Amino acid sequence: MRFLPFHASRPRLRIAQRVRSAFLTVVVGSLLAACGPLWNDPYPAAERGQNILYTAFTERPKHLDPVQSYSEDEATFLYQIVEPPLQYHYLKRPYVLEPGVAAAMPRVRRYDAAGKELPVNADAAKVAKSVYEIRIRPGILYQPHPAFAVGEDGSPRYLALSAEDLRGVRGIGDFPETGARELEAADFVHQIKRLAHPRLHSPIFELIAEYLSGLKSLQAELAAEAKRNPGWIDLTRFALPGVEVVDRYTYRITLEGAYPQFLFWLSMPFFGPVPPEADRFFGQPGMTERNLTLDWWPVGTGPYMLVENNPNARMVLARNPNYRADTYPCEGEGENGAIDREAGLLADCGKPMPFIDKVVFSREREGIPYWNKFLQGYYDASGVSSDNFDQAVTMTSQGEVTLSDDMEARGIRLLTSVSPSIYYLGFNMLDAVVGGGETKEGRERARKLRQAVAIALDMEEFVSIFLNGRGVPAMSPIPPGMFGAREGEAGINSVIYEWRNGQPQRRGLEEARRLLAEAGWPGGRNAKTGEPLILNLDTTPGGLGDKSRSDWLAKQFRELGVQFVVRPTDFNRFQDKVRQGSAQLFFFGWNADYPDPENMLFLLYGPQGKVKFQGQNASNYENPEYDALFERMKAMPDGPERQRTIDRMVAILRYDAPWLFGFHPKSYSLQHGWVHNRKPGSMVRNTLKYQRVDVARREAARADWNRPMLWPLVVVALLLAAVIAPALLHWRRHERATAAGCTAQGGRP
Amino acid sequence: MFAYLVRRVLYAIPILIGVNMLTFVLFFVVNSPDDMARMQIGIKRATPEAIERWKVERGYDKPLFFNDAASGTGRLTDTIFFDKSLRMFAFDFGRADDGRDIAQEIRDRMAPSLAIALPTFALGLFAAVSLALLLVFFRATYLDFWGVVGCVAMMSISSLFYIIGGQWLVSKLWALVPISGYAAGIDAARFLVLPVLIGVVAGIGSSTRWYRTIFLEEISKDYVRTARAKGLSELRVLFRHVLKNAMIPILTGVVVVIPLLFMGSLLMESFFAIPGLGSYTIDAINAQDFAVVRAMVFIGSVLYIVGLILTDISYTLVDPRVRLE
Repeated sequence: MRFLPFHASRPRLRIAQRVRSAFLTVVVGSLLAACGPLWNDPYPAAERGQNILYTAFTERPKHLDPVQSYSEDEATFLYQIVEPPLQYHYLKRPYVLEPGVAAAMPRVRRYDAAGKELPVNADAAKVAKSVYEIRIRPGILYQPHPAFAVGEDGSPRYLALSAEDLRGVRGIGDFPETGARELEAADFVHQIKRLAHPRLHSPIFELIAEYLSGLKSLQAELAAEAKRNPGWIDLTRFALPGVEVVDRYTYRITLEGAYPQFLFWLSMPFFGPVPPEADRFFGQPGMTERNLTLDWWPVGTGPYMLVENNPNARMVLARNPNYRADTYPCEGEGENGAIDREAGLLADCGKPMPFIDKVVFSREREGIPYWNKFLQGYYDASGVSSDNFDQAVTMTSQGEVTLSDDMEARGIRLLTSVSPSIYYLGFNMLDAVVGGGETKEGRERARKLRQAVAIALDMEEFVSIFLNGRGVPAMSPIPPGMFGAREGEAGINSVIYEWRNGQPQRRGLEEARRLLAEAGWPGGRNAKTGEPLILNLDTTPGGLGDKSRSDWLAKQFRELGVQFVVRPTDFNRFQDKVRQGSAQLFFFGWNADYPDPENMLFLLYGPQGKVKFQGQNASNYENPEYDALFERMKAMPDGPERQRTIDRMVAILRYDAPWLFGFHPKSYSLQHGWVHNRKPGSMVRNTLKYQRVDVARREAARADWNRPMLWPLVVVALLLAAVIAPALLHWRRHERATAAGCTAQGGRP
Repeated sequence: MFAYLVRRVLYAIPILIGVNMLTFVLFFVVNSPDDMARMQIGIKRATPEAIERWKVERGYDKPLFFNDAASGTGRLTDTIFFDKSLRMFAFDFGRADDGRDIAQEIRDRMAPSLAIALPTFALGLFAAVSLALLLVFFRATYLDFWGVVGCVAMMSISSLFYIIGGQWLVSKLWALVPISGYAAGIDAARFLVLPVLIGVVAGIGSSTRWYRTIFLEEISKDYVRTARAKGLSELRVLFRHVLKNAMIPILTGVVVVIPLLFMGSLLMESFFAIPGLGSYTIDAINAQDFAVVRAMVFIGSVLYIVGLILTDISYTLVDPRVRLE
């Protein structure tokens, strides 16, 4: 062994010590500096005390281009950025449409085939075309955006960008110069043309093309152009006869026939404005490769603009400095807004919006961290999942839902609402057993079989067991609160329920067994051959027909003596089965696009048959009377006549029972006491501008709930020491032991 | 050695083609191009015409493997498989089905994945090897016995338990670090402390037992007795001699894993909201995005092959008797 001289080893030691201490200083220092007083605060220290709303998203948005975006996850962002002509009143229920960026509700004129104008209440069958004239408010500005930036000579600043210009550019904020311009009618026309763009694949193109003159031919022209030209297509060179710019602030849409529901579509970003400059800006070579597209960076006039888009981790909306003068509503639900006034939702009447400067959305894939961060005060609102239902909510003996004591103590509030949706068990009417086949007798027997099943499957029990009561058993396809739905005794499904003691009571199993016997299956066996009745449920793993639910369903069917078989399959094969008509029973759901009964009742309209027409009628139900009534009803204005028509349609459905009306889901949402002006309502999606946060109260609560506990670290250190100390002693004893001593002790380590 | 490496790289080409083909077949057995189109356009109002347009635009309207309608080599080249696979070998991954650049996504997500995987790997390896050597040092004592019991107990517990328990205890109850989230730069440290700690603790039981077995086998050999006879301390014997000679089995398990650290950890990234490559793969599978799934499987295969080659090279570094020929 060679010993180094003392002076040679010291500097090396010093350097090592310095490096080690510098490293520790940097790491510990940065940790403490970043943590500040709250060690578990997940947000940057610079954001503390700011007027920011913190929330989370679980699914990354697929599309933010208003021509493609259609899901609720995406609406959370897009509706705050892009403003369609119309919007729903934030507080009023039932939902009411009101002007958004439009100056007034659109003026609608109807004409017959001869071009003669018809009165508003004219028979829909006589209407050859409907003309919607929309005037937008002057003076509305777009958000600051590089697409509007101009040079000194007035030409676009960021046009014909070279690869060199785009070097280092990763986000929209990397363009130092921005500009803005006034919203014009031509921007809405441009967006309507984009519905036909062959590369954008708008999900509503087919639907709108049925009504909008020239949209299909425009699509063909654009498809031909797209083949010739792989780059950006200038839509301003193409005409769309059904849409025209009247003047700078007015445009006109001509639809074929009558389609009153079109007003609802005008409240969606599909019909919002898209400036051609933005289209051209993002259409430049090199932009798509950098994810610089309208699908990633939407441009709008809304209260917020997207300033950070990292859908893997965090998305940030910041207040649009150019947002128009917009004030909080002064009218609400109930007589003179009494319900909302009592709930404190009219306290900010007339105040300018938006209230919040910034909205930070953090990606949370798992429910447990999401829930815990909500309880720590790091998220301002949360849903209630099955995992945390018992912690958040208690059920009273009367079946009422209230907050748990712990939640009450934290000042958390519970908001509930029935969603405009339905989950149902569909019977495939093309199936010989549940559909009845070709003969009248067969169909009659199948009808009684379906009714028997509908009585036997106790949806009240299903909702109670599997949804913690978060659903309302459905009496018809129309959710409560939507025009056409009836309440109380008039609203019950009399085939399934009786009205007793002031509430609906499900008919007994005896009734179901009687119907089953009349259907030719007494005791669940064929009256002629004695073969057992076997019903098959096609389902997907994790869907409404998963294992525990299927077991429950099997138990219910056993009560009738019916054998129940679950045929699980993956999602794609399940969809294929439904499309091909080879499923027998299946669970399906539908979220309404807009609050109109047409959007629910069309799910059973014959020409929407899934097998014949690839439509949305998954049961392939056909009833000429129902179809005729649907065609009349959809063009009617809300009123007694429409209600009567709907009543008849619903009565037909209850009698024919092509669906077992399952339940309308009830959404439960929790919010901290420092969040104000939140009102549940899934139709209203531009909600962020209405909300307000009491920042000081939030800071105080966070500080109170998140005091770091240091003693566990000391305990852990002591425990480690308790484990290490005997080991060290053992080692020292071993190292000092001599061979003789070791032998004398008779052992060795 | 150079010839050996060239040969290994050439062997990799048919392996990668095979993996690519297998991925392709498995993916399209479960998902058809129609399903993919429906997923992108939205199931709610996807019409057959819209689906067809989507397929044409993305090149999914062609036959999968063999094009009867084409002639000559076109029968093989004018297919989805050829179109989508060939560019991959030039590491051109193209665009995801939602239009986003896959290579850019991978570049963005690689750093967060490595930020969690590298420290977990390095600290876990260090802790497991050290602990295993200590157990060997204290072999046949109560410390060894309870150490092994502890290891068995730790490896019997699901990693999900460590994650949920760790988040509840350290972040919620003690409020010491954020429950989940991520930040770039040095600020990432406070988000990584807990997942790294949990990653190390969750893996330490099985690793320690494995290394302990290797070391125990080594410690009974003659050279160890000789080292002791020379008067070396037990620690020196273990860390200088036993550890060095046990490197071959350790490297076999360790080096091959290093390149795969780029691929991220599915569970950790999911629970700790780390925007890495593990969650990217899961998102792509859920969205039936073939382009991303294919790219990630391809990268995984390449990295695995690289790992195997590095393992071979590492043998020559720790054992002079090994020659790559």
